[in-house]
Amino acid sequence: MAKPSKKKVFGLLAEYETPREIFAACEKVRDAGYQKWDSYTPFPVHNLDKAMGLKPSMLGWLVFVCGISGASGGMLLQWWTSTIEYPIIIAAKPYFSYQAFVPVTFELGILLASFAAVFGMLAFNRLPQWYHSCFNSERFARVTDDKFFICIESTDPKYSLEKTRTLLEGTGAAHIEEVED
Amino acid sequence: MAAFDELDPLTGRKVLVENNLTFHEVTETVAAPIEIPSGRWWAFFLASLMLLGLLLVSLGWLFWEGVGIWGLNNPVDWGWAIVNFVFWVGIGHAGTLISAVLFLFRQKWRTSINRAAEAMTIFAVICALLFPTVHAGRPWVLYWSLPLPNQMGMWPNFRSPLLWDVFAVSTYFTVSLMFWYVGLIPDLATMRDRAKTKARKIAYGIFSLGWRGSTRHWQHYEKAYLILAGLATPLVLSVHTIVSFDFAVSQLPGWHTTIFPPYFVAGAIFSGFGMVLTLMIPLRSWFKLENFITLKHLENMAKIILVTGTMVGYAYAMEFFIAWYSGNPYESFAFANRAFGDYWWAYLTMVSCNVISPQLFWFKAIRRSPLALFIISIFVNIGMWFERFVITVTSLHHDFLPSSWDYYSPTLWDVTTLLGSFGLFFTLFCLFCRYLPIIAIAEVKSVMPQADPHYDPKGDHHG
Repeated sequence: MAKPSKKKVFGLLAEYETPREIFAACEKVRDAGYQKWDSYTPFPVHNLDKAMGLKPSMLGWLVFVCGISGASGGMLLQWWTSTIEYPIIIAAKPYFSYQAFVPVTFELGILLASFAAVFGMLAFNRLPQWYHSCFNSERFARVTDDKFFICIESTDPKYSLEKTRTLLEGTGAAHIEEVED
Repeated sequence: MAAFDELDPLTGRKVLVENNLTFHEVTETVAAPIEIPSGRWWAFFLASLMLLGLLLVSLGWLFWEGVGIWGLNNPVDWGWAIVNFVFWVGIGHAGTLISAVLFLFRQKWRTSINRAAEAMTIFAVICALLFPTVHAGRPWVLYWSLPLPNQMGMWPNFRSPLLWDVFAVSTYFTVSLMFWYVGLIPDLATMRDRAKTKARKIAYGIFSLGWRGSTRHWQHYEKAYLILAGLATPLVLSVHTIVSFDFAVSQLPGWHTTIFPPYFVAGAIFSGFGMVLTLMIPLRSWFKLENFITLKHLENMAKIILVTGTMVGYAYAMEFFIAWYSGNPYESFAFANRAFGDYWWAYLTMVSCNVISPQLFWFKAIRRSPLALFIISIFVNIGMWFERFVITVTSLHHDFLPSSWDYYSPTLWDVTTLLGSFGLFFTLFCLFCRYLPIIAIAEVKSVMPQADPHYDPKGDHHG
């Protein structure tokens, strides 16, 4: 099969040198009304999510629900095993000695909440995702070192090669390139 | 050695990364040493491996012959295994304190020490878990401690502190491991993007999960990190509280005291910071990390050791006060016997190392001298091991019935097992230093002045 004559474009990748520059650039891209775009930084730049106009993460709710389930599941397990499944008198205590069941309840609550925090975070971020179009750019390897990037994706309704490039040039990007999908 | 600490132009506080490094220089300084094998690393690794071999031999003989090879007797049927267990669990606690509690308190200086301290936590908890496992005598049926349906229709005793321990320590290990790994993901991506060899590209590539520093990702990531810190904080307090319940819930004079939970937690943080200093002081000079782990960092840790050491000293004093004030003859005897009985030498070692030696940290010159800190940190490690020995053995060896009193001494196999556990710990720590960034690169960058979106190198810093 011959090589496809026209490569598919993922988007326009603009590179910046400092957090200050990318912060201002994100505000401009946000105000221009783009939806399908993202910024990439070596470390979390403070408030950059607000500069991009992102909604706050909902992870906390997931963790809360899982933590409560873990704790109540732990208490239920101990109640069921010691009163219904195998009731046995230990140290002349009532079958349901809930005071003694607190540690296991607590630990299981923490355990499930932590699982929710970690795996919920990965699921919300759709990770692991070992391939991403941005990795096609050689310059993008510096994103985990000291460079800052904005990528406006070609699937965005407002995307046009000319206008988007002009917008990104206006934000003071150090370098702009097209990345393949 | 800097006489004065460099100050941040925006906040007026001590800069966390000295000598005005750029982001790229930060990456280079941390990542370059783990890409080049060094002769010194091999020397330490092989020495650790030899100790690990000693552990394997000791465990092999133990499984063949049984726990009779240890110095346990009646009434001291809990010897070095429990002492070593509590010692190692306690060491782990400083890592969680640094990674979680200091994070919640926005102590940004923690960023340069949290990675290695968390690694220390995980390896220490692995060593800790080893001891109850082998002490149980039949490690192959250890799953009996889990609430699994079985043909006998039996369940674990949920009223037993030893079972609480199973849940607490295994949860602690799992959560610490996840917290550590979440912190590692962006740095593994850094290692992936710098990797020159195929093997490194693939290995770091797999474990970095395709991280690309997206702000949409950072948002959930930072939330997850904050939540994990919030969960790990009560968890770490609960773990050593529950470890102390192993003693406090029993009816033995010398163990049955309500002061144990806070006293154990303070002692755990104390011993853990001792171990952090023991590990970090050589590491910072060998890996040339003085710009990250500055004298101010060491000084801060010395202050924590001073505070917790003094709290431990207070607890020792309060135990004696209560023993006298309660008017309980058994309690009074247990404590008089602890300080002046057969094991007076162990008690003296404990008090000198844990209460007296950290008091030197009132002097700023000592707090800022790496050599002095290193020496005192060794004393802290020794003292805290002896604390657990004193609590365990002095309370057991003279119990209620004078006819059953006995003197406990360890055998050679007790000693080799303890030394071997250090081998396990240092082998794991050497591997960590060889293959993973020992400083959280992304986190350190985020606390540098130029990481602030308001930072303007040409501006007049009015922020």
